[in-house]
Amino acid sequence: MSAVTGQRLRTATGRAWVPAVQLGLLLVLLGAWQLAVSTRSISVFFFGSPAGTWRELYGWIRHGTVQGSLWQQAWVTLQETLIGFGVGVACGVLAGLALGRITWLARVFTLYVGTLNAVPRIVLGSVFVIWFGLGMASKVALAIVLVFFTVFFNSFQGARDVDANVIANARLLGAGRWSVFRHVVLPSTFSWIIASLRVAFGLAITGAVVGELIGATQGLGLLIAQSQANIDPDGVYAGLVVTTVLAVVAEGFITLLERRLLRWKPRRQTPAAAV
Amino acid sequence: MRASAVSPETPPAPTGPPLLGLRALTKRFTDPAGRERTVVADFELEVAPGEFCVLIGPSGCGKSTVLSMVAGLEQPSAGEVLVDKVPLAGTDPRTGFVFQQDAVFPWKTVLANVAAGPRFRGVGRREAARQAGDWITRVGLEGFEQHYPHQLSGGMRKRVALAQTFVNRPGLLLMDEPFSALDAQTRQIMAGELLALWESLGASVLFVTHDLEEAIALADRVVVLTARPAAVKREFVIDLPRPRAPREIRFLPRFAQLHEEIWTALSDEVHTAYAQATAAG
Repeated sequence: MSAVTGQRLRTATGRAWVPAVQLGLLLVLLGAWQLAVSTRSISVFFFGSPAGTWRELYGWIRHGTVQGSLWQQAWVTLQETLIGFGVGVACGVLAGLALGRITWLARVFTLYVGTLNAVPRIVLGSVFVIWFGLGMASKVALAIVLVFFTVFFNSFQGARDVDANVIANARLLGAGRWSVFRHVVLPSTFSWIIASLRVAFGLAITGAVVGELIGATQGLGLLIAQSQANIDPDGVYAGLVVTTVLAVVAEGFITLLERRLLRWKPRRQTPAAAV
Repeated sequence: MRASAVSPETPPAPTGPPLLGLRALTKRFTDPAGRERTVVADFELEVAPGEFCVLIGPSGCGKSTVLSMVAGLEQPSAGEVLVDKVPLAGTDPRTGFVFQQDAVFPWKTVLANVAAGPRFRGVGRREAARQAGDWITRVGLEGFEQHYPHQLSGGMRKRVALAQTFVNRPGLLLMDEPFSALDAQTRQIMAGELLALWESLGASVLFVTHDLEEAIALADRVVVLTARPAAVKREFVIDLPRPRAPREIRFLPRFAQLHEEIWTALSDEVHTAYAQATAAG
């Protein structure tokens, strides 16, 4: 037992240099950029600068944006993202489970789903603006569509991948159809679904922001679009920074959820896990 | 003597272990090339109440298919399975099944795994946990109740599978090469523990293996199967004394004698199966 703890400690201290190097690398990159702008190696007019981005961001935080306070804009985008994510995940999971476990449904609908998946869905944003107007509904719709397919394919694959032996075992232990579904199919599919949530959340943000770029009255995407129209690269970067912060925080929550729901899975010791 | 180990709170099933009859049991299926293959042909067998019957045959002869049909997991193409003279329809609540591969629920703790059977059968949460705890102790896993299967060794996971099956107090116990994935030492230990559990439970057992030593050490009767399609070739009564310790019984002269007799019957089928496999490959 103590040997295991010792090993963990050693790997923990052994990896302490990683964040330091990561931070250093970021500072070097930003520094090089700032230097290139200051020495006029690249044009600040087109490329902006880290200092300019920070000034813009600080201005938004202190004095608000043209649209109103920054928090107001971020909250609009976050709402669109969360609603789109929630509805998209729910629909994707239900459709995936249904088609994964009911053979005739899969036979009928697989062709449709495959074809719809081949459509470049981001273009639907233009259609949704016409249908649902400049408000939140059109952005939510785009986020739902993007999230749905990602979650659906994972959930479908997971529902089909359930170990036949474990199902047989459950049946012989006395499980009826509902118990087999609840105690075997659902938890087995969950690990596939959770794997898709990370990507799905990124797509939900993409849907919301792209929807706002196409046409909106509020939101971070609108801020970015206006900065672009004013040829203000620093404003575009500042918008991106706020969006990224939202995404990173959300990813942290998903990681917590993953830990909680997948406690039963062996932890993989991969370098990717440290990132 | 061992029967006294049964805890008084869990009385044995009202009816004793059932009589199992397999009548002209046949299984055919169509292979990917469209040809019809007979895997099990006119299989006839009777297992007496409380008897430990071992089916032994070459790998791939259709032993597991016989067991799947007895479990009600697969439908026979012809013939029938009789449990206490009543034809089987689907899975039967008296049946317990231990699989070759891991079939425990990886997302449930040891306790929840063992309690699953009683829970599926409508036993209350608290009572199911109590019964599960009892069986976890009996298979020697106390202290591991809150572990997940991936945190256990192969032998320990097999103990979970045994407890999970035994907690339902099956009258008919079906085992499909349950210990074949374990290393040789663990396999012998598990065979000994299985015998002790079975002696206290008193179930009719149909146990499939391709390991002859394991078969003789466990069985009241060893049934040698033919190469595919599986049918009964010969039966051997194992007249070794009980209770047995599988690790020591191998050194009895009678054990060696039985081994020799059965191997003579088995080896032809092993050679035939090998020829079939190489011809197919």
